[in-house]
Amino acid sequence: MGERGKMQLVRISKRDDVTRAKANMIRFIAVLAALLASALLILFMKRNPIEVYASLLKGAFGTPSKVRGTIVEAIPMIITSLGIAVAFKMKFWNIGAEGQIIMGAFAASYFGLNFPDMPMPLLLLIMAVAGIIGGGLWALIPGFFKAYIGANETLFTLMLNYIAYKWVAYLQYGPWKDPDAKGFPLIKKFSRNGIIPEVLGVHAGWIVAVILVVIMYIFMRYTKKGYEISVIGESENTARYAGMNVKWVILSSVFISGALCGLAGMIQVSGVNQRLTLEVAGGIGYTSIITTWLGRLSAPAIAIVSVLFAALVQGGQYIQAAFQIPKSAAQILQGMILFFVLGSEFFIQYKIYFTNTIKNKKKGDM
Amino acid sequence: MNKNEVIRLENITKTFGTVVANKNINFSVARGEIHSLLGENGSGKSTLMNVLSGIYTPDSGSIFINEKKVHFNSPADSIKMGIGMIYQHFKLVDVFTAKENIIVGQKGKLIFRQKELTKQINELCEKYGFNIDPDKKVYDMSVGEKQNLEILKVLYRGADILILDEPTAVLTPQETKKLFDVMRNMKEAGCAVIIITHKLNEVMEISDRITVLRKGETVGTVNRNETNIKELTEMMVGRPVDLSIKRLETHAGKPILKVKDLTVLDADKTKALDKVSFELSEGEILGVAGVAGSGQKELCEAIAGLYPVAEGSILYKGENIVGKSPRDIIRRGISMSFVPEDRLGMGLVGAMNMVDNLILKEYQNQKGIFIDRAPAREKAKVLIKKLDIDTPGINHPIRQLSGGNIQKVLLGREIESNPNLLITAYPVRGLDIGVSYKIYDLLNEQKAKGVAVLYIGEDLDVLIELCDRIMVLCDGKVTGIVRASEVTKEMLGMMMAGQELNGGKGEDAIGQNI
Repeated sequence: MGERGKMQLVRISKRDDVTRAKANMIRFIAVLAALLASALLILFMKRNPIEVYASLLKGAFGTPSKVRGTIVEAIPMIITSLGIAVAFKMKFWNIGAEGQIIMGAFAASYFGLNFPDMPMPLLLLIMAVAGIIGGGLWALIPGFFKAYIGANETLFTLMLNYIAYKWVAYLQYGPWKDPDAKGFPLIKKFSRNGIIPEVLGVHAGWIVAVILVVIMYIFMRYTKKGYEISVIGESENTARYAGMNVKWVILSSVFISGALCGLAGMIQVSGVNQRLTLEVAGGIGYTSIITTWLGRLSAPAIAIVSVLFAALVQGGQYIQAAFQIPKSAAQILQGMILFFVLGSEFFIQYKIYFTNTIKNKKKGDM
Repeated sequence: MNKNEVIRLENITKTFGTVVANKNINFSVARGEIHSLLGENGSGKSTLMNVLSGIYTPDSGSIFINEKKVHFNSPADSIKMGIGMIYQHFKLVDVFTAKENIIVGQKGKLIFRQKELTKQINELCEKYGFNIDPDKKVYDMSVGEKQNLEILKVLYRGADILILDEPTAVLTPQETKKLFDVMRNMKEAGCAVIIITHKLNEVMEISDRITVLRKGETVGTVNRNETNIKELTEMMVGRPVDLSIKRLETHAGKPILKVKDLTVLDADKTKALDKVSFELSEGEILGVAGVAGSGQKELCEAIAGLYPVAEGSILYKGENIVGKSPRDIIRRGISMSFVPEDRLGMGLVGAMNMVDNLILKEYQNQKGIFIDRAPAREKAKVLIKKLDIDTPGINHPIRQLSGGNIQKVLLGREIESNPNLLITAYPVRGLDIGVSYKIYDLLNEQKAKGVAVLYIGEDLDVLIELCDRIMVLCDGKVTGIVRASEVTKEMLGMMMAGQELNGGKGEDAIGQNI
């Protein structure tokens, strides 16, 4: 036979017949693969990976207090991710959650510090509203420029993170520095009235998170606004054609996105740190991008993924102490999982054949 | 076997997921033959040609070129074997000259000898009857010239097997004639030419043999002089089809839309529409003819409030709607089922299911903050039945439907909204013949109900048969508005190419014909 050319080794074809169960199976396998790959790394560090993973779990869920710790970690991640999801659904790439958390925390702190004697429910309510507005306005800046002059929101939101961070640094070292802190650059703690009380051993922010998961699920699926956000995310032209007020939808949903991040900042500053510090966001704004994406912008999935990621953070701190391996090992594991799960999307969308099977089939045909 | 045979495809099968695009297809082309590949959208024509040009690898089956079995792993392999594909969307660099486009991407020599190259190109032009200036920039070229350049490019690269994918879709009748002359010259020179099309009269005019595909399978290959349009249609559709459109003779009601001196500017500040004036009455179908890109898109969008108007007025029931928001315009009963080049670019959301697409323009009329999808779900089921929409279900993303079915969803939604003015652009593009005629019936039904229909079309035969009057656009200007019953295709072609009817300016033409 006059065959010419090199035989192809692999052949890739698109598939659109993947069921949800199968897709989730592929993602699950990806997580397993990530754990395996990380195990190699742990072996390389001369530790037993099974032991390490076991204590990772123990560190995250081993005792009631550890479970509480994991939940405290998960709360801001869930709320922030819900906020990011609103923007991402619209394909507005808001990576400025970090800054929006900080500005929400700042706005809440302003009232927390200035009205320490206000009754607790009122003060907390005002702080929450301040956090919502602070984060929302901070997001509205890039949203405005995106809607009116088409400015790139990715860089814009990212840069605003640094400004927010430096702004709090300025407050901490300057005007808001607590004179009673013996020269340490610290901002004053809130009064009791400005601190979110505990419910079942965890600050009440968890209740807010649970309610928000439900609300956002309904919002995105069953409201007009949620529908408009999805349409604009898919095609702005179609949205205009359908008579939507595209600019207004962009502005309002970017505000909602930032507002949720700002609320997370308020909860963090009031429920966890109890004072405004530079570390109030501490990277949550970035981690939440990951959890949003892994949760595929769906509120319930985001909640689950956030809890698992919080467990990784919590457990990571524990193995650091128990095995004397650096905290970065847990971060590598996070990175691995993200890498593998995102990589697995390829296998969900495409099918791969190896040429051998085709050859065999051909022989069968002849 | 014919000893002149240059290509033979045997039992080609290609599947995408669960979709079988080609199933055991057999197909052969001889030297010096023009072979039409005829089939409706989704019948597997393009897949088969992509197999032949090395873009897809078939799941099974063999390709023989000059009686030698070959394997294509990439388009480069196919080009090496002398196969040249001319796509519908030109792959040319706008800022390059014809000459530069021809040599771009060529391997080998670092320095091209300009003079020799020019000479070679001119020789090719002479041989095949192209009319191309090697030093003309692509952005200065007409669509016909660009297409000629594409063909020249593959010929220069030594192709003697040419595949043209729906080449006449973008051409005026006159340009089509020229293209056919070129194709005949290629045939004389011993090339094998494959033309993919669904236009039956063109098939009958140009081809030697015709292979018909239906639903991914070969129905048969016939000689041109032993067949007729009726037989080909039946082969294509699988059942007899009545190919006549009856023009409903309604007495047109009062004018509902008056467009006066409408001028719009595109992004480069050139006039995309230049003083366009026309009237449209209730119970009338006004056709718009013109080469693709003559301002049809801008006209539709300007009326729908999506395109900024520079000058002029659009009076709808006596009220100027220029500057009104799309929402206001929809509310007044103007419905646009605009089908742009990219079907999903406007009008539909590909990632969403049918229900969510049906509520697109209607949801704002609902009260409260929530959306009630129940009525739309019912409507979706009705539409699926009424228009024979082939879909796995109402919750299936419409992006995964075939082009024709997507179109049915769009047009179905617009008609369901009971408009007073229906703007529809290329509503049958990509539709099966049977369904196309169903769409014409639907438009006639609307007309009978007193709806004013603005119909942007491409098939001149259909325009003449379906419409009451036809307005011809060329470069954004109206070159004439004529009664469909009094016009010929040739006349329309002249106007499409810029010749004004009776030398009259737009407004005079209206005066004469209303």
